[in-house]
Amino acid sequence: MARIIGALASSHIPSLGTALSAGRQQEPCCKPFFDGCLPVLRWLEEEQPDVAVVLYNDHGLNFFLDNLPTFAVGAATEYGCLDEGWGKPALPPFNGYPELSWHLIDSLVEQEFDIAMCQQLAVDHAFINPLRLFWPGENPPAIRTVPVAINTVQFPLPRPARCYALGKAIGKAVADWPTDEKVVVIGSGGLSHQLDGERAGLINKAFDEMCMEALLHDPAKLARLSSRDLLREAGAQGAELIMWLAARGALHGTVSKIHSSYHIPIANTSAGLLALANR
Amino acid sequence: MNMATPRPQLVPSTYLFDGRMAMKGYDLNRMCYSFNTADNRKKFKAFPEAYCRAYHLTREQVHAVTDLDVLRLLQLGGNIYYLAKLAGIYGMSVQDLGAERPGLRPDELRAMPVTRA
Repeated sequence: MARIIGALASSHIPSLGTALSAGRQQEPCCKPFFDGCLPVLRWLEEEQPDVAVVLYNDHGLNFFLDNLPTFAVGAATEYGCLDEGWGKPALPPFNGYPELSWHLIDSLVEQEFDIAMCQQLAVDHAFINPLRLFWPGENPPAIRTVPVAINTVQFPLPRPARCYALGKAIGKAVADWPTDEKVVVIGSGGLSHQLDGERAGLINKAFDEMCMEALLHDPAKLARLSSRDLLREAGAQGAELIMWLAARGALHGTVSKIHSSYHIPIANTSAGLLALANR
Repeated sequence: MNMATPRPQLVPSTYLFDGRMAMKGYDLNRMCYSFNTADNRKKFKAFPEAYCRAYHLTREQVHAVTDLDVLRLLQLGGNIYYLAKLAGIYGMSVQDLGAERPGLRPDELRAMPVTRA
């Protein structure tokens, strides 16, 4: 049976992608964050996972408000990087894994997560940037991917508890997948930030640190928060923490920390990284 | 629920983009969504007001768009993720949108490392 070997959670700030494309990882703004990825790259080099299930939020690239799913699972052979409004990124499509996607879809619906199913899905910086961070220089990375999009655009957002439960259901689905593949789950987003309104620029380090600690030892504590708690404490876009919580939910073995780093700010955002092993 | 009655902000200084706001801003956001295509960005840039009218924006929304009055756009139902595409046409980043916060310029906001509202 397939095995989830760990979860990698990371901010997906657009300027990280810009820095990667321009080879500016060593510039002062981003260096601590990129350096923080190195232990994770070493772990990936040793573990060689076959598949990445990527939990991310679409920022108005694939989905519009005419038809906005709360949860959506990609089931395509590849996922294109299209124009988000600033020009099409010069990146090839990412590899899909439709067989596993459909297994996940079957299993999730069986577990009463009535997700949207997408045979075509364009992916934005939230999907792209963590993959580029963790598999640098590979365009596209050889790893096969299954995108899982969670709505953070329009309220009501799914409750943190529901996202945590979705992660658990993904964990179960992967455990039932009859191959010996190694799967890594990626949670993309956060940490505290607010882009708009009179409170723009908000960063809440104490809350971010509490979350990173709780994700390791007591994720259920975060699942007890409401969406409004997240909004208030982590800022309007800090609600993206639900992607981290969902990724954590997929780990059902003994969980230990591989590495974490935290750097503020990159473009108004707390840039966090957390890598957890699942045994 | 009376859709016309303004509600107090549930989280201070934060615009909750819920169903009510999504209805109010549907055309505005639909226009911004069209900016995912380079050709549409070009058309908007050439004739911004005509482009807005083609998407049935209200007079107030048209003014807020042409003035790039971000706080007003948020109040008129704009969603930050879509407004970011509009800002991009003017060479502004998402942080620049945030810098619409009264009294803060984009460079000041970037220079401000930590805040706790």
